[in-house]
Amino acid sequence: MTHALPADAPAPKTPTSSRAGRSRSSGARLGAIFGIVPFTAYLLLFLAIPTVISLFSGLFDGHGRFTPANLTALWDPTVLGAFWASIWLSAVTAAIGVLVGFLLCYALLGFRPGGVVRTIVDAASSMLAQFGGVMLAFAVIATIGLQGFITLWLKGAFHLDLFASGPWLYGMPGLVIAYVYFQVPLMVITFLPALTALRAEWMEATLTLGGTRGVFWRRVGVPLLAPSLLASFLLLFANAFSAYATAAALASQGAPIVPLQIRTALTSETMLGRQGMAGVLALGMIIVMAIVMTTYALVSRKAARWQA
Amino acid sequence: MRRASALAPRGFLSWAVVLVIGAVFAVPIIAMIEFTLRDPAGGHSLVHWGALFNPANTAEFGQIWIGVGNSAQLALVTVAIVLVLLAPTMVLVHLRFPRLRRVLEFLCLLPISIPAIVLVVGFAPIYLVIGRAIGTGIWPLGFAYGITVLPYAYRAIQANLGGIEARVLAEAARSLGASSRQILTRVLLPNLRQGLLSASLISLAVVLGEYTIASLLNRQNLQTALVVVNKQDPYLSIILTLLTLLFGFLLLALIDGVSGGRRSRRTKGRS
Amino acid sequence: MISSHPSQDPRTTGSNMLVRERGDGSPVAFSAVQKFFGTKQVLRDFEMQIEPGEFVSLLGPSGCGKTTALRVLAGLEEPSSGFVSIGGVEVTGVPTNRRDLGMVFQAYSLFPHLDSLHNVMFGLQMRKVSKRQATDRAREALDLVGLSETADRYPAQLSGGQQQRVALARALVTQPKVLLLDEPLSALDAKVRVQLREEIRRLQLRLGITTIFVTHDQEEALAVSDRVAVMAGGRIEQIGTPEDLYTRPSSSTVAAFVGLSSVLPAQILDDRADVLGFSLPVLGRAANGPARVRVRPENIRLVAEGGVPAVVETSVYLGALRRTRVRTAEGLRLSVQHRADERLDYGDPVRFAIDPVAVSVEPVAGTPEPR
Repeated sequence: MTHALPADAPAPKTPTSSRAGRSRSSGARLGAIFGIVPFTAYLLLFLAIPTVISLFSGLFDGHGRFTPANLTALWDPTVLGAFWASIWLSAVTAAIGVLVGFLLCYALLGFRPGGVVRTIVDAASSMLAQFGGVMLAFAVIATIGLQGFITLWLKGAFHLDLFASGPWLYGMPGLVIAYVYFQVPLMVITFLPALTALRAEWMEATLTLGGTRGVFWRRVGVPLLAPSLLASFLLLFANAFSAYATAAALASQGAPIVPLQIRTALTSETMLGRQGMAGVLALGMIIVMAIVMTTYALVSRKAARWQA
Repeated sequence: MRRASALAPRGFLSWAVVLVIGAVFAVPIIAMIEFTLRDPAGGHSLVHWGALFNPANTAEFGQIWIGVGNSAQLALVTVAIVLVLLAPTMVLVHLRFPRLRRVLEFLCLLPISIPAIVLVVGFAPIYLVIGRAIGTGIWPLGFAYGITVLPYAYRAIQANLGGIEARVLAEAARSLGASSRQILTRVLLPNLRQGLLSASLISLAVVLGEYTIASLLNRQNLQTALVVVNKQDPYLSIILTLLTLLFGFLLLALIDGVSGGRRSRRTKGRS
Repeated sequence: MISSHPSQDPRTTGSNMLVRERGDGSPVAFSAVQKFFGTKQVLRDFEMQIEPGEFVSLLGPSGCGKTTALRVLAGLEEPSSGFVSIGGVEVTGVPTNRRDLGMVFQAYSLFPHLDSLHNVMFGLQMRKVSKRQATDRAREALDLVGLSETADRYPAQLSGGQQQRVALARALVTQPKVLLLDEPLSALDAKVRVQLREEIRRLQLRLGITTIFVTHDQEEALAVSDRVAVMAGGRIEQIGTPEDLYTRPSSSTVAAFVGLSSVLPAQILDDRADVLGFSLPVLGRAANGPARVRVRPENIRLVAEGGVPAVVETSVYLGALRRTRVRTAEGLRLSVQHRADERLDYGDPVRFAIDPVAVSVEPVAGTPEPR
């Protein structure tokens, strides 16, 4: 199997066989087809096969026989609860991300494109959207953990105990706060282009036609942005739904959401009767993601219709 | 262009929103800095930063150095996949198989829709086989990372490829007598430099921040090392987090500079 | 699409309420308008009076302040000082939406989520016209610009020329006091541009609406306007009828910008210019001494004998006539306009003479006559 690894294959080049450049001979075409083979092989081995495995591994038992038994585990109350928790977490943080991110994007319109403020917010957004995970969990703990900066400050200045009602930081409320830190930047990255595609001419045309700024937003701005807003929400939802590292580093005990359940299933695969559990959970996640991303694709196609 | 957009809110409102949200996002960074400055004896000092240079901490540093070294290897393999496998295929499809463009786009963007944690479930048996065949070295994990960076790298290269009218350039070069190889090396690659560079940089950034796949496949990289160190010395792990963030910020600022430079040059050319 | 019914009259029915008798347009005035962007002054003491129903073009290179003048009138920019009035009423400080304007922008000003009909209805809805009436009037306006069939199409489904027609209908349907056109043709193909500018002019004459047209295309401005204001550096260099500007430019800036001319060295003596041995009258007054003059190509003739010898460099066939660029032995280049059947080729020897038509003069700063 490993002999077919693409690293062993010759590096692909664009059609060298038509070197003379006179005609697109069938040889050149063959060369071109040969050129896309290595990448195709790579995708097959490292994208298609793993996806198929994660889709179906839950449906076969240890002897390779099809068994729907594992599927019934999806109706197990803890699993259902985990999916519910994941969806809730994703929806809530996506909503917060859309709201706060929209405000930020709107405020950014007030600054010159290419100016200092826009550049800083752009760079910071692409970094924070990218650098979630472990380091984000550390940052949250350093801020509002038991010994966190804000925790100690509130205690010292106001005698306020953040954790009077228990260690919520390591459960869902903590995840909501942590996730917002990558959701808002992602919103800025995805939504700002749509917002800047709104043309000043449309505002000016509204004014010359006798409308006010309010009329513009109500009758032109919002209808035009609605598909982009919905698309952004779906993307943020998918982003939170598939996030793992932040939760893994923050909520190291307990497993309230699906990705953490997959971890548990993977690390205790030997547990009797739980074989394929990880596969079933993965299948469930893929189903949710497929629904969300298909809707996203449809909505963003609609959103792109008026953007040149 | 002399003014901000006519759609913008009033100036002070813009400032207020940016400053408030900026402050909320700055707090964790400030908190981390403050945290690393805490002196065990009370008050603040540079004692934890000083520990960075204390040879007594070799055990922890050993972990980190293994992690950094592994992440560097992974970054190399991943960038190589982007440059050697993805980029030539994209150019080829763009020029010779335009009908495959949508398929290629779909496949390259697909990993966005498949959570890393799900891919791990599929990768686990594959890396079991790889491990048995060629050992548990770190670098084969780069093939998995190549998949996770695919959407980002694809977008970076595609933005460049779509912007340079590669077909017209190739036809122009061909009409001037260039061979296919010359078209690729003398015309297309120089014009794709910026896209390839930002694709490489963003791949680097993604690989350095990756935790899910490595930790669940029991490989050590920078992020798994940070988690291990965090359990022994939280101060050190947060110092390292700050340094990684700084490095990442510089990296992404570089990407921004690379693609921003291209944008401004193009708009200048138009006016 | 547009070429299928080229340059037809705007279709009108007797009941079309947009069509009124000419003459009830509103006057417009700019008084001492100054406009700064930061420290940069884009309008300097801008003064202009426009008669009711007049079609005035603001002509000038980009950055001369013509668009800013229009935007100040529209209320999209506040003047730094001075004021503007519409219909004899000062409107400085009145918000744009209460100035009763119709404005057509350079491009892409149609609302992309509304079809043509609803784009045109927008202004009527702002004025609380009943839905039924608004629909009828919008249909009439679309009919007026020859686009009744595209009422249910979205802007993305229309050609550039069609989009601008819809924008024109949208601007006219509310029967505004003034029609403002901000380079509405500059994004269109040459052929459509000519068709649409003629249609705009015909509609304007029919509706009698006061119109201000911003353009950087001198041919366009000369073709459609009652008067043209040539702008440079934030002020009006000259305002007058197209004939005035072409035959009696008040400055060399205007002469350079309006129409085609050859720049030739001259000696000025007592308000006559000696150009290559021809004595020409001078526009306005000019100081004695070396100078440069601008000679129109139609004022230079090819002659069989006499005149100045030259060699043909290029000769362009323009249908009804030919424009030929010749080069004298001293290396001076000039454009000659002549009959289309006088075919000339590269290198042909010719002789030309200059008609004694008044020329505009620009002084040569302190240098002796070149060559």
